[in-house]
Amino acid sequence: MIEFRSVSKRFPDGTLAVEDFSLVLPSHKTTVLVGSSGSGKTTLLRMINRMVDPTSGSVEIDGEDIATLPPVKLRRGIGYVMQNSGLLPHRTVLDNVATVPLLRGTPKRQARADALAMLDTVGLDRALADRYPSQLSGGQQQRVGVARGLAVNPNILLMDEPFGAVDPIVRAELQQELVRLQKELDKTVVFVTHDIEEAFLLGDQIVILRDGGRIAQVGSPAELLANPADDFVASFVGADRGRRALHVERHGNEDVVVDSDGRLAGVLKPESAR
Amino acid sequence: MTWVLANLGLIWARTLDHVVLSLPPIVICFVIAVPLGWFARRYRVSRGIILTGAGLLYAVPSLPLIFVLPAVIGTSLLSPVNVIIALTLYGIALMVRVVTDGLDSVDADVRQSASAMGYSTWSRFWQVELPLSGPVLLAGMRVVAVSTVSLVTVGAVIGVQSLGSLFTDGFQRGIQAEIVAGLVATVALALVFDGALVLAGRLLMPWTRRVAPPKPSVPLEVSAA
Repeated sequence: MIEFRSVSKRFPDGTLAVEDFSLVLPSHKTTVLVGSSGSGKTTLLRMINRMVDPTSGSVEIDGEDIATLPPVKLRRGIGYVMQNSGLLPHRTVLDNVATVPLLRGTPKRQARADALAMLDTVGLDRALADRYPSQLSGGQQQRVGVARGLAVNPNILLMDEPFGAVDPIVRAELQQELVRLQKELDKTVVFVTHDIEEAFLLGDQIVILRDGGRIAQVGSPAELLANPADDFVASFVGADRGRRALHVERHGNEDVVVDSDGRLAGVLKPESAR
Repeated sequence: MTWVLANLGLIWARTLDHVVLSLPPIVICFVIAVPLGWFARRYRVSRGIILTGAGLLYAVPSLPLIFVLPAVIGTSLLSPVNVIIALTLYGIALMVRVVTDGLDSVDADVRQSASAMGYSTWSRFWQVELPLSGPVLLAGMRVVAVSTVSLVTVGAVIGVQSLGSLFTDGFQRGIQAEIVAGLVATVALALVFDGALVLAGRLLMPWTRRVAPPKPSVPLEVSAA
């Protein structure tokens, strides 16, 4: 469990990125921080592995204040996946995946064997092991990034807009892959995105942020859609418009679902037909 | 040509002298410039002071420097150490800026992700930032190597033997072939140093060569029918 206790962050240039933020992120669940730029979502994520230290307040992991832990050791125990993969361009795919185990002192042979197995886990061909990152496609690089984040089998996986830079088709593929992985691995995932669709797909708990890391609403996708706390949330999740605002029309013997633009969304099947 | 053939032994001896004078400045300037360049990048103030200082160093004319050094460090006027130290200073003057630029060239995302992986500042520098600065450092070292090899000849004026001695001797005795031989041998030596650096770069930085676009993992089917 990760807990933020009235955390604030003011950067040296005076910007107040996060103000009095409190939240519990339950274990083995995916929490998605979603907001536009300036909402402090990445700052919040980086506080979990002490890439950013709060100006006031504290962050706890399983009841332990992480300010008391040495940052380097803390980071080696937390998976981190970022946009543009952040892979080391001078290391092969295999060495990239083995990076953190090697930093933690795992014997080289063991680390490389584990890294090969990890390529399987994230759906990468073992033939890519000896390539350099520049020789991979964007989607492949991102998978290597995920493999690297998972290499030490951490309890916590931090993901900072990991699929933001790949094309929509590959993104959808990677999202499905993450859903599958999470079912298998059951990590505590903290995921940052500005894409509400992505948040709905991946999140067990979704945190909608306003500017300055102020929480607009926390809830499951269904809660946010059914009971948006205010107009800001309603408009952010799109509950008031388009393909999220559906109504049922009767056509002959079938119930047809239509969105607010009048587009046909589908047919409503009775529970027994599922 | 007859002069050259009759004096191959001399040319070879001067070439060895030349190598002995060139190698230490090239190696030492690198070893000193790396921490200086790192420190220059570390703080805004140190950047200005170190980079300007290094730039000014390069403006000092070489011959007077070689004359003045003995007085400053207490060596004898004819000591080869004077030449080595002077050329090391020039090397540093050039490389400090190159090291700074090289470290600047490392992608901020990569640097940040290395920290997030759990590299300490120290290990991140040696295992990530320095190797990734490699291509820029190599470019700088090639200039340093060639310019050092050429500057070593200046030592001949004060009597420190090198291929430059072939110029001074050739001038004094009016042997044109000797002058030309010295010139050609100096250029050839510079090329050897340059080639060695390029080769070392290939061996040490294999990732810079393998940037071919991704090959399709499944070979295209060839229709046999």
